Amino acid sequence: MLKSLHIDPGKCTGCLQCELACSYENEKVFNPAKSRIKVFNFHDEGRFVPYTCTQCDEAWCMHACPVDAIKLNLANGSKDVHEDICVGCKVCTIACPFGTVNYNADTGKVVKCDLCGGDPKCASACPTDAITYVDAEMTGYDRMRAWAAKTDNNANAQA
Amino acid sequence: MHYVIIGAGPTGVLAAEHLRKLDKHSDITIVGDEPEPPYSRMAIPYHLIGNIGEEGTYLRKDEGHFEKLNINVRQALLSRLERDTKTLTLSNGETLSYDKLLLATGSHPIQPPIPGIDLPQVSTCWTLEDARKIRDLAGEHAKVVLMGAGFIGSIVLEALALRRVDLTVVEMGDRMVPRMMNQTAGNLLSAWARSKGVTVHTSTKIESIRANKSRWWRRAKHPLKVHLDQGEELDADLLISAAGVRSNFDFLEGTGIETEQGILVNDHLQTNDPCIYAAGDVAQGRDFSTGEYTVQAIQPTAAEHAKIAANNMVRDNSVTHRGSVNMNVLDTLGLISTSFGLWMGVDGGDSCELLDEADYRYIQLQFDGDVLVGASSLGMTQHMGVIRGLIQSAVPLGKWKARLMDDPTRVMEAYLATVQAQAVAAKV
Amino acid sequence: MSWSKKLLRVNLTDGTIKEEPTNMEWANEYLGQRGLATRYMVEEMDPKVDALSPENMLIFATGPLTGTNASTGGRYSVITKSPLTGAVACSNSGGFIGAELKFAGWDMIIFEGKAASPVYLSVYNDKAELLPADDLWGKSVWEADELLHKKHADPYLRIAAIGRSAEKGCLYAGIINDLHRAAGRSGVGTVMASKNLKAVVVRGTKGVTGVRDEAAFQNAVAAGKQVLAENAVTGQGLPTYGTQVLMNVINEVGALPTRNMREVQFEGAHNVSGEAMHEPRKTDGKPNLTTNGGCFACTIACGRISTIDPQHFSVKDKPEYQKNSGGLEYEAAWALGPDTGVDDIDALTYVNFLCNEDGMDPISFGSTVAAAMELFEEGVITTEHTGGVELKFGSAEALCWAAEVTAKGEGFGLDLGLGSKRLCEKYGRPELSMTVKGQEFPAYDPRGIQGIGLAYATSNRGACHLRGYTISSEILGIPEKTDPLESAGKAGLVKAFQDATAAVDSAGLCIFTTFAWTLDDIAPQVAAACDGEWTPERMLEVGERIWNMEREFNMRAGITAEQDNLPKRLLKDAAKVGPAAGKVNELDKMLPEYYQLRGWNENGEVTAETRARLKLPA
Repeated sequence: MLKSLHIDPGKCTGCLQCELACSYENEKVFNPAKSRIKVFNFHDEGRFVPYTCTQCDEAWCMHACPVDAIKLNLANGSKDVHEDICVGCKVCTIACPFGTVNYNADTGKVVKCDLCGGDPKCASACPTDAITYVDAEMTGYDRMRAWAAKTDNNANAQA
Repeated sequence: MHYVIIGAGPTGVLAAEHLRKLDKHSDITIVGDEPEPPYSRMAIPYHLIGNIGEEGTYLRKDEGHFEKLNINVRQALLSRLERDTKTLTLSNGETLSYDKLLLATGSHPIQPPIPGIDLPQVSTCWTLEDARKIRDLAGEHAKVVLMGAGFIGSIVLEALALRRVDLTVVEMGDRMVPRMMNQTAGNLLSAWARSKGVTVHTSTKIESIRANKSRWWRRAKHPLKVHLDQGEELDADLLISAAGVRSNFDFLEGTGIETEQGILVNDHLQTNDPCIYAAGDVAQGRDFSTGEYTVQAIQPTAAEHAKIAANNMVRDNSVTHRGSVNMNVLDTLGLISTSFGLWMGVDGGDSCELLDEADYRYIQLQFDGDVLVGASSLGMTQHMGVIRGLIQSAVPLGKWKARLMDDPTRVMEAYLATVQAQAVAAKV
Repeated sequence: MSWSKKLLRVNLTDGTIKEEPTNMEWANEYLGQRGLATRYMVEEMDPKVDALSPENMLIFATGPLTGTNASTGGRYSVITKSPLTGAVACSNSGGFIGAELKFAGWDMIIFEGKAASPVYLSVYNDKAELLPADDLWGKSVWEADELLHKKHADPYLRIAAIGRSAEKGCLYAGIINDLHRAAGRSGVGTVMASKNLKAVVVRGTKGVTGVRDEAAFQNAVAAGKQVLAENAVTGQGLPTYGTQVLMNVINEVGALPTRNMREVQFEGAHNVSGEAMHEPRKTDGKPNLTTNGGCFACTIACGRISTIDPQHFSVKDKPEYQKNSGGLEYEAAWALGPDTGVDDIDALTYVNFLCNEDGMDPISFGSTVAAAMELFEEGVITTEHTGGVELKFGSAEALCWAAEVTAKGEGFGLDLGLGSKRLCEKYGRPELSMTVKGQEFPAYDPRGIQGIGLAYATSNRGACHLRGYTISSEILGIPEKTDPLESAGKAGLVKAFQDATAAVDSAGLCIFTTFAWTLDDIAPQVAAACDGEWTPERMLEVGERIWNMEREFNMRAGITAEQDNLPKRLLKDAAKVGPAAGKVNELDKMLPEYYQLRGWNENGEVTAETRARLKLPA
């Protein structure tokens, strides 16, 4: 069964260990600016919300890519950016309605969550279990995906 | 069943793949007129920089991709379309019969009627063939004039600047990228380009281009003389014409297929001939924001069209196209700009903006009631896609509208708190 | 190694900004942050300068682990000479700006001189510039934070700023970063204001690389996190109750200073405790505490995010204070609560918000209000001074008013901004000031906890719990239990805590890790990150070197052994109730031994032998 990231914002303390783990794993640097997961601070409400790619079925990023640089990873369902192919045109960064594909000016490529190849470091770094890696069906992403499907012009065809 | 697709750009290829996904056994043929394997025009600037070889522009990189999917690819022009017999005649004399036809012929650069536009040192930047010519003429320190600081022009800027040419941009409009940016953003972009050593002329037309011939007493250092309407004369080794694009549908003349700016389609992307569909840059499809039918000529719309058209060709118009959000992202010499939807605003709607001129950062949002309908930005690269999410979900922003009016950089938070509210918790 | 190896030197007088290499030789001897920055100050500045003159230096410094994923590795310190104490000031803060500075590629920022008109420093990676702040002057930290985020159109900016209290000369004004984390003590914000420097804004996207041994570092960091998670204090107590877990504990041991330290137990302690912060309010059913928040990379997350009862008199018509913000930590809750006799948790939270918004150190502020309340009770301060306010112990209204006028530097607020020592001197009753070297006490009564008395008396920055937190041992039994009522053996305990703390601070870590960590847990993290061998013994030696360097700075600044002292109240007036009933602090028994263990002479001076042993700067 495919697993996916499950995020429980109620448990998040905003410490950014997930961002550090992500940037370290993927870019070999401690640098939240290069993290594919981002914690948003709703200061006035007293809430912290970690947020990253849901690996949605619609995969706008993948379909919008003009050079086929984003491909489905059959092993874990992630949509992975192939850096050697990406030309850095950034179309995917505006096509993704979740805002989870970002441009990295240093490399001239885009980056997105690839679930660390099946062992997401954000989840193992989270001290409060706000981020866990669990069976896909148990996650709140179902609902996010439901919304995603609503936006998709092609929803009926996939039913 | 035989599906034929005219056009081997992203729309044609995506549609063919989607057709194959939905229909494992029918015949699928793509007809493209260029000699190379299907490639992406969007990748050409990166090829010019030298980041990628020509093969890096190819839409599909794995060997035998189309063969594996049992998709035929033909290099030819469409010479004749006979709807009553459902027959196509190609430029190589071949005839094909189709059951369902998809027109994905894309667009071509407009060549403005300027004297000298046909000189050999004048080029568009559209095809790989053009790229080769630019590569040859735009060496280090070459003087290059770019006609048109529109969307394509600005993308090409980056490639040219990185080739270390001496660059001048001439734009008719009163700002750079007038169809994507308001005055503030356009001016900021001009200032940025100038700070990078590019000469920018706005509200300026090129009146004529002359060959600057060598004489026995004087060798011309630069082969072109470019005359501006304000009287200035520029030397140039190369003039790149980026004056906009127009859909490719001239071949439909006399067929009875209806066209305006592009090929007219209904919300199933079907033309007035039920067996013929159109998609991508050539299709005048529904705009999500206005509800009107326009040519968008952008990659995400092409991808959306391709999937929907393919579906409807196989599954009897089962998907309705609710319109595509017009959006663009542009990298001008390292300054990234975006525009989404009704970035110019709507009557009676509210808008807000933040400008940090010194750091080249700008964002403006447009609302209709408490729904976000458009936006544009400069110098922002993080989570910009949520602007599409907010626009396309048309979610009422409630109290978040006031917060965005106060600080428009908080779009991601607004998105999480509204569209993704269930994932965040109801009270946010 | 995890250093950027360069620092920014900003001369505010002539507006120049220079990049220079970090002195790695010094980093080797003083580790970083507190130690390294003080080393720079000792080298470059006459300790006798007026703290509020342009000659004073103001240094923002990170440690080698700042910006890494070591738990709590996000700290920075502000080092300067204190206007409150005349001693070295080193105020440590969490939040996010310390790490951000490292991410921008800088180990430290050294400010010199004074700007002609208000400015702020903007750092975007390599680009550092001084920009005009005339429009920010007169604004609170929270207002300035919002304006700066908008001005730079960047939600990711990290901002440290001073509030109006600092601008108006409040001598215990801190520097607030990330809205409610504070380099709080000793008036570092007052120094910043004296330089016409309103804020420092930082955006860093380069990150931290170059950890010496990546694998060893990740192992040491993971092991450290596990220790924190499994420890009862750092794994459960602090996340659940914050430092406020201590309110009831300290009250029970009879060491909760009450009403300007006249008493050692507070009848209303429970009402302002960590437990009370969890209890639903009658009005809206919500507890004071919304959630706990972590500073950068912190896996403990003791930070409190709180709201005030919207029906409470302090905020009734002020929606801007009805949102969530930084809630009560123990020291603040004590100073604003037991020490003033106020047990209204909403009033305390409101005043805490104001302290964050305008940069007052809540410990010094609360203690000063407590002294003023005693002066009022004695009839020295009257309603004529206060403009009609009955400044009585236990009055929540008076406390809130005091915070409002001190935050804005209005009327009697200017008197309160003097701090307890100068206030009591001004009104002719210096003995009522509960301070050491001019700095107000924190929340532990030295009669009920003997060792902390010695720590207060000898702290290099004036009375302070964070310069040698013997509470760990004397109350919590960490790393081993000592009897709080016993003074014997405390000299060694205090010295060990002081030295270890200097090392932990200098590494860029939070001292709260030491509820669970010893130097045995920390040294491997430092060793894997930095060049050279970093054993626990060497860390302790570096800590001792730093302590002695600070001591020498103070002595050169004119501070003498006479000031290694406690107010008479704690030495003469015995505790009346609780376990410590009948006890005074036995400083006279501990201090000589302490000097001896330190290798100082009877005048508290560092001997030549000790100087040589520790290789102290000339």
